[in-house]
Amino acid sequence: MAYWNKDIECAPRSEIEALQSYRLSNTIRRVYENVAPYRKKMDEAGVKPEDIKTVADLSKLPFTTKQDLRNNYPYGMFAVPSSEVVRIHASSGTTGKQTVVGYTAKDIDIWAECAARALCNIGGSKDDYVHVAYGYGLFTGGLGMHYGAEKLGATAIPASAGNSMRQLEMFRDFGSSIVCMTPSYAISLIEIMEEKGFKKEDFKLKAGLFGAEPWTEEMRKQIEEGLGIKAYDIYGLSEIMGPSVSCECEYQCGMHICEDHFIAEIIDPDTLEVLPAGSQGELVFTCITKEALPLIRYRTRDIATLVYDKCECGRTHVRMLKPQGRTDDMLIIRGVNVFPSQIESALLSVDEKATNYLLVVDRVNNLDTLEIQLETRPDMFGDGVKTLEAYQKKVKSAIDSAIGVGINVKLLEPKTLARSMGKAVRVIDNRQIKNKFEKK
Amino acid sequence: MLIDQISVFVENKTGRLAELMEVLNKNGIDIRAMTIADTADFGILRLIVDDTEKALKALHDDGCTAAVTKVIAFTIPDVSGALYNVMGKINECNINVEYMYSVMGKTEGRADIVIRVEDTDTAIKVLTENGVQLICGKDLCR
Repeated sequence: MAYWNKDIECAPRSEIEALQSYRLSNTIRRVYENVAPYRKKMDEAGVKPEDIKTVADLSKLPFTTKQDLRNNYPYGMFAVPSSEVVRIHASSGTTGKQTVVGYTAKDIDIWAECAARALCNIGGSKDDYVHVAYGYGLFTGGLGMHYGAEKLGATAIPASAGNSMRQLEMFRDFGSSIVCMTPSYAISLIEIMEEKGFKKEDFKLKAGLFGAEPWTEEMRKQIEEGLGIKAYDIYGLSEIMGPSVSCECEYQCGMHICEDHFIAEIIDPDTLEVLPAGSQGELVFTCITKEALPLIRYRTRDIATLVYDKCECGRTHVRMLKPQGRTDDMLIIRGVNVFPSQIESALLSVDEKATNYLLVVDRVNNLDTLEIQLETRPDMFGDGVKTLEAYQKKVKSAIDSAIGVGINVKLLEPKTLARSMGKAVRVIDNRQIKNKFEKK
Repeated sequence: MLIDQISVFVENKTGRLAELMEVLNKNGIDIRAMTIADTADFGILRLIVDDTEKALKALHDDGCTAAVTKVIAFTIPDVSGALYNVMGKINECNINVEYMYSVMGKTEGRADIVIRVEDTDTAIKVLTENGVQLICGKDLCR
């Protein structure tokens, strides 16, 4: 069994907690001094930095939400001066405004450490060719795994996403042995392999890290068979760091969280009470080593369960089960975070009367599909197909460019969409994501 | 010499046309001519009826998206080359045809054509000057 950092990854729980307590109290002091919004929040809650001595004191602290990041857009939550920040990343926000995150050189190094652990978890070593087909850019996927591969001493192949034919040629010619990409992209590559006459025997692939979107056990099987590899789940979010906040080990029974850097809690999203170990609830993270953006009790909106039982791999860090949904209305479509509010404002920008709509999310042949259903009105209707098709096109292009994911625009007859007396149902998600772990 | 044509938005689902026909039938509407333009997910049903106002009201009451458009109708002898002659004249004047359809006539040797063009006025002028017989709604398919 290979570990990247055995002393830390297999440390007794008591040692992990002691380390977390020490780092937490340091972080809180630093945050209170350097981040005005946190100082205000803590003052309002009547909590002083010296009140936070151990992990048990965590529950005294106020939560952080995406709204806090938006209110302090772009750099207002940073805890270091810009001279210390060496990189930023960004992800989509609820109103089109991006959520901006920053990293110091040390943050980048710790992120690389976490990503190297993830690669090591699945059997990676310096002999591997790590093919990174996540997008490189503001999205954390590409650069996050890239730095991890280099940290590991493996050979990073910065393929980025897209150009499927070339991806397959690189698999074959460059000897890619570990792939990192979204599961839906892996499925689409498998389909293209068949079309273009590639066989899995043409490749030296042995394992892959798949994340950035929900995926099913059926998809895991399909990827494992299609590419002839073992497929592992990896989790992360840019607000906390990026991919490899947690990652599965070879036993594929939940993702080990890097607990020396992040403290995980499960809360009831309504009462905000911390729930006992093993409960399902909203996942909350506190960064305890981050310098540039040390978020405290950040509400991920992901619904998950933490498992503290000892894992057969020997690692003692807590495992989180595959998220089972969201407590907000964020949708993850082909790896891209999409908020219905973004779609609504894009729609209203081209047609201010289109207030009644329905979003339908589905998964067809393992690929996410997004459809917006709109009712036709006499005023948008001439007598021809042309007018309506032009309307569909206009709506589609406005939404596509607002969310970065292709949407299908379907026109309905008037009064087809249900009118509700209370809060309108705007989204129907027909995808079902299940944990393999739950079925056991 | 323009004719009222009703256009109805029709979702692409089984049974929808039957439902629309039921609405028209209940209201005693007689259909003179009809055609359907379809795309992958919806269609446009175009109708010329004996009582446009009544039909439109019935369709609106049923919750349909329907609108009235003006179209031109003309009649030609049912012989080969007849339509070619007319279309040639229209083409010479650079008139763009949006769509057209033919109607089964009751009179032997006669064919009725409904046409929708971008420039209606010029089209009427060209047709009249070339001796094409325009017809009004009540003469359609007679």
